[in-house]
Amino acid sequence: MSAGGGEDARSALRERVPPETPVTAPPRRPGNAWYLSGIAGAALLIVALTYLLPPFRTYQLATVGAYLCVTAGLTVLTGLNGQLSLGHGALMATGAYTVALLQQATAGRGPWTLPVSVAAAIVVTTAVGAVVGLAAARLRGPYLAGLTLAVAVVVPATTSTFDGTFNSDQGLSVVLDPPPGTIAVERWQAWLAWTGALVTMLALAVLVRGSFGLRMRAVRDDETAARLAGVSVARTQVLAFVVSAACAGLGGALFAVLAQSVSPGAFPLSLSLFLVMAIVIGGLGSLAGAVWGAVLLVALPALAHTVTEDIEVQRLEGNLPLALFGITLIAVMLAAPGGIASLRPLRHLRRAERERRAMRKT
Amino acid sequence: MRRFGTALAVLALAAATTACDGGGGEGGGGGGNTPGVTDTEILVGTHMPLTGPAAAGYSKIAPATKAYFAYVNANGGVHGRSITYKIMDDTYNPATTQQVVRELVLQDRVFAILNGLGTPTHTGVLDFLKTNRVPDLFVASGSRSWDQPDKYPGTFGFNVDYTVEGKILATHVKQSQSGRKVCFLGQDDDFGRDSLAGIEKVLGPVAAKQSYVTSNPNVGPQLGALKQAGCQVVMLATVPGFTALTLGTAAKIGFKPQFVASQVGADLTTLSKQLGPAARLTEGMISANYLPLSTDDADPWIQLFKRVNAQHNNNAEFDNNIVYGMSVGYLFTQTLQAAGRNLTREGLIAAVEKGGFQGPGFAPLRFSAEDHSGYGGQRLSRVQGGKQAYFGTVQETDDGDGPVRAYAAAPAVPPQNGIPAAP
Repeated sequence: MSAGGGEDARSALRERVPPETPVTAPPRRPGNAWYLSGIAGAALLIVALTYLLPPFRTYQLATVGAYLCVTAGLTVLTGLNGQLSLGHGALMATGAYTVALLQQATAGRGPWTLPVSVAAAIVVTTAVGAVVGLAAARLRGPYLAGLTLAVAVVVPATTSTFDGTFNSDQGLSVVLDPPPGTIAVERWQAWLAWTGALVTMLALAVLVRGSFGLRMRAVRDDETAARLAGVSVARTQVLAFVVSAACAGLGGALFAVLAQSVSPGAFPLSLSLFLVMAIVIGGLGSLAGAVWGAVLLVALPALAHTVTEDIEVQRLEGNLPLALFGITLIAVMLAAPGGIASLRPLRHLRRAERERRAMRKT
Repeated sequence: MRRFGTALAVLALAAATTACDGGGGEGGGGGGNTPGVTDTEILVGTHMPLTGPAAAGYSKIAPATKAYFAYVNANGGVHGRSITYKIMDDTYNPATTQQVVRELVLQDRVFAILNGLGTPTHTGVLDFLKTNRVPDLFVASGSRSWDQPDKYPGTFGFNVDYTVEGKILATHVKQSQSGRKVCFLGQDDDFGRDSLAGIEKVLGPVAAKQSYVTSNPNVGPQLGALKQAGCQVVMLATVPGFTALTLGTAAKIGFKPQFVASQVGADLTTLSKQLGPAARLTEGMISANYLPLSTDDADPWIQLFKRVNAQHNNNAEFDNNIVYGMSVGYLFTQTLQAAGRNLTREGLIAAVEKGGFQGPGFAPLRFSAEDHSGYGGQRLSRVQGGKQAYFGTVQETDDGDGPVRAYAAAPAVPPQNGIPAAP
């Protein structure tokens, strides 16, 4: 288990435990220092990439970072707590519009406004998430999916109903200060997005590793058993939804910063569906799966675009990413039911190492 | 966490491998360091709705421009360079426009963006294009936003401003429909708002106004409300698909006002195709335009464009969208000629600001350092007996409080070979 769940996250959603796993192997419990060094390494890698890649690739890298905030939060909600949300695109929109409105209101007052706007976006989305989460805790399975689906449908309608504030389909532009010094815009965007992404990953990793993570998994696997064990099912579910909403709010806010504009077209119903598909393909229940999901969300539409460009059928483009996602979903589910993250090409090496370590201990 | 590391590492590897091909366009070969310009080629890009709610009619514009460039290229190009035109589909969704324009500018490193279509869509990329110093020529929309030389020094319009158009159409309504109840249906964005501003400058507040969004293809409630309000004239700021929808819906509820439509949503061929057997609903619709109509076979420009259309555009069904697209191509070729052999972005913008262009349009093009709007006038047209035809004289005005007056200058004739010469 990547982000900490250790070996206790084995569930129907994950791959079966290899029978040859030595029972003597001590459960892996990486400490917080391990996480910090991992995050620091990832940060270094991102900074290096922003210097190596051409601007457009850097922009795509930034987009992966923004998506990662959302997919990581959704993975925690769906993979660890077993709640399916089809409304995370709408939660992203909430964060994005909050940033746009606040940036317009505070335009020209200095560079401090952006962090404040982003923080406010997280707060607002968390509040919206709490409301939806309260209702969600009373609903199960398809009913919950239906509720969140309704949220995803309502948000675009809101922008044309209150067009004075949200400016309908045209949307709002996000007023931003230019990056400090001589930093290229795309590089700056990638840094911002990945700061958000890595903080999210660290926070979620710590969270799911602690007792909250245990409670979530208990609720997911068997609500009755969890209740008997003294876990408050409703509270755990609401809290999971709130955490996940906060992540979606941050992701949406970063999206607004990247695109420098927000419009309902950026958060259609299909985005919410893509998000769920992405975390399933990536590997449900592990934060590594969320990384794969975020990469796919950027890579697959780009791939669809390249394909259509080469065979001169541009008019297919609108629907092709959806088809590609579907095909990938089927292929991955057939080949690796645990998602991409469950593939472990280095498994044999790792097992050898673990055995060596175990030998040394005994 | 370890697998998070693996995932990141693989991502980095993938990114690094694409880095190689991604940077391929940099430098632009031997033609100095102007992006998109080499000794033999000029690369320009555009965003158009090839699919989606606004694709009807509009999807033919960029291919027509491309066909005109193919004609120019076949005749030796401009200063020895051929023009490559890269068309990106943005489905009329501002969020997609953001992506495709970034790809054109950052990835393909185009020299300029030409004729990007749509008010809501193009508004979203103004700042991005300005930051990257990309010339943003002849936007396919009449929003007043393009005419802000101080704020967006590289952006120029093509269409008549919607406010100018609104004033001209409203002046006609005031004269020919006096005393009747005038109402308005417009797109819920700057397109509709600019248009309404022009109409109300002339007529005062309209009796009733309604708006629609392209993401919701239903105008039933809006037309019901206009019928309820007893409207006798309905002025439209609508894209073609929604003009057709409006005519159809009005007929369905037995509402028969005089429709007066903006040029961008009034191409008869497109509307007839959308309406199918109900095409006769367009009868009597009033509109305006500043380019020769596609049906005017006597016009030398139409003869030229029909020839180009047959040679380089697979003989696509010839309509006003094709005339529009080729006119854009002609104007851009003129600006390239004027910018000279040593082509730079600054040189191109200076050439446009110098102005003095004459082409198929019969209204004035007033480009200068202070004026970045497109055509400044229009002539009214009416659908009669299934044909769209001009009547009256060419009118011109400004987007302020200036009067609407006749514009008398004679239209230009195309050069012998159909390609503008260097000045």
